[in-house]
Amino acid sequence: MIQAKYTVVRGDYARAGEASADIKRTLKQLGVDSSTLRRIAVASYESELNMVIHSLGGTLTLVIDNDRVKLTSNDLGPGIFDVNEAMQEGYSTADDIARNYGFGAGMGLPNMRRNADKFAIYSMVPDGTTIEMEFNIG
Amino acid sequence: MDGRIHSVTLDKERCTGCSNCLMRCPTEAIRVRRGRAHIIDERCIDCGECIRVCSNHAKIALTEPLSSVFAYRHRIALPAPALYGQYRNLPSISLVIEGLIRLGFSDVVEVALGADIVTRAIKEKLKEKGLPKPMISSACPTITRLIQLRFPDLIEHIIDVRQPMEVAASLARKQYAQKHSVSEDEIGIFFISPCAAKATAIHNPLGHSLSQVNGIIAIRDIYGPLLQAMDGLKVGEKETRATRYGIGWAKSGGEAKAVGSIKRLAVDGMEDVISVLEEIENGRLRDIEFFEGAACRGGCVGGPLTFENKFIARNTVKCLGEKLPVTHPDEVIHLEQLPPIPLHFEEDLKPNDSLKLHPSISGAIERMERMQEILSILPGYDCGSCGSPTCRSFAEDIVRGYCTQNDCIFLLRDRLKVMAQEMIDISQTKREHSNDN
Repeated sequence: MIQAKYTVVRGDYARAGEASADIKRTLKQLGVDSSTLRRIAVASYESELNMVIHSLGGTLTLVIDNDRVKLTSNDLGPGIFDVNEAMQEGYSTADDIARNYGFGAGMGLPNMRRNADKFAIYSMVPDGTTIEMEFNIG
Repeated sequence: MDGRIHSVTLDKERCTGCSNCLMRCPTEAIRVRRGRAHIIDERCIDCGECIRVCSNHAKIALTEPLSSVFAYRHRIALPAPALYGQYRNLPSISLVIEGLIRLGFSDVVEVALGADIVTRAIKEKLKEKGLPKPMISSACPTITRLIQLRFPDLIEHIIDVRQPMEVAASLARKQYAQKHSVSEDEIGIFFISPCAAKATAIHNPLGHSLSQVNGIIAIRDIYGPLLQAMDGLKVGEKETRATRYGIGWAKSGGEAKAVGSIKRLAVDGMEDVISVLEEIENGRLRDIEFFEGAACRGGCVGGPLTFENKFIARNTVKCLGEKLPVTHPDEVIHLEQLPPIPLHFEEDLKPNDSLKLHPSISGAIERMERMQEILSILPGYDCGSCGSPTCRSFAEDIVRGYCTQNDCIFLLRDRLKVMAQEMIDISQTKREHSNDN
């Protein structure tokens, strides 16, 4: 089993994307097939960037065993008031700064759900949000 | 494509075993072992970065000498448009064409003309529905090989149109054979190249099995002889057959400009191309339709086998293009009127698996677990003293069985410290014994 934990800092656009880049590199060395890799790439990038843009920061945890990749994002708040609403395509609370960077199209959570084989989201205001995603490999 | 052939090689006599190339290789394909650099063949994508950075000129590209063209009765030169940029204040491309004839070539077919044809073929391709976005140019063979190695999930984005060099070569062979009533195999076709990657592309073509090009001559090697051959030539009749757009392919962005008004992006230099490919992989560039990536800064004018400074060459090419009429390939190239030459790939591009730790995922996971253990005790300096470019790649090399932990001088130093302490302890133990007695 392989485990890696990445700290994601709120508003740190300079490092945004480094965790998902490292995750991709690991998966490529393991030989995960292209279409699965692509789905994990999109989902991990979206979750990392979601934490940078919307949360107070948190961690992204990667666990890989012989038949699945588990990706968990765990943030420190502020939590999502209405999870169902946040899961709608096009729904976004991104501020102007984020939109300037080309984020905030309201596709983050729907994209994660679409790309993962298993998806679960738990959120409490103001404690934070946990997203668990699983991808079948091998 | 098995990726095992490449055109960058090492002059063992000149290599001093320093770490310049080691640290700059974008695919971590170099190791220094026993005081010499070694290239891991299946990982080399011929970007030429090591040729550029080697201060001892120990890295060489496998190209042919100019004399090799005389092995053929009929010899056709295919100058890359980057060649035009090598001569400052060149009044006209016709001088280069006539100069090449003076050097002994029977005919000259410009790769810029091939680029005009390829421009048309790409534009047709991009009209297809349901293509992944963005589509990625296949013009730079190094970028195609980079994708096969590091971004295998992006292979389906690569446009299946052959390189301008191949298209120009097919056209040159057909037309020359017909015009002069000679057999096609009596004709030797030589590409005058800014880079090593094109040499690999003829021995190991991308997307098709046989190349129409017989040999590669480095721009650097022909620069001097051609300069002399052009001496005294007047601007003549053999004017370029290419458009300003085809010639513009020599510069980064030239291809994207020729392809036209769609949403496009051109990036040059390995690091920046890699970062954009990461973006594409993350699904962040779906609004772009066409992506042109060039391994060399400035595009082909910045190739490792060129002579002139890339910024000056770029400017020269630009000025030469501006002298030509504003005619787009759309107006002069009609694909259906061309002789029957292949424009598209005949086989799918395959991923290059040589970064995988093991053929099976479970085997790879096992190796990665060991890598992580080793990595946790390494100092993390990425100093290259062990002969691997980073601590991470060193851990990988240990797991693959290519070296041992003692190759890390910092681990070795710590171990020596422990050993030295043990020796002191042992010697003191003896003294105590003798005192007791």
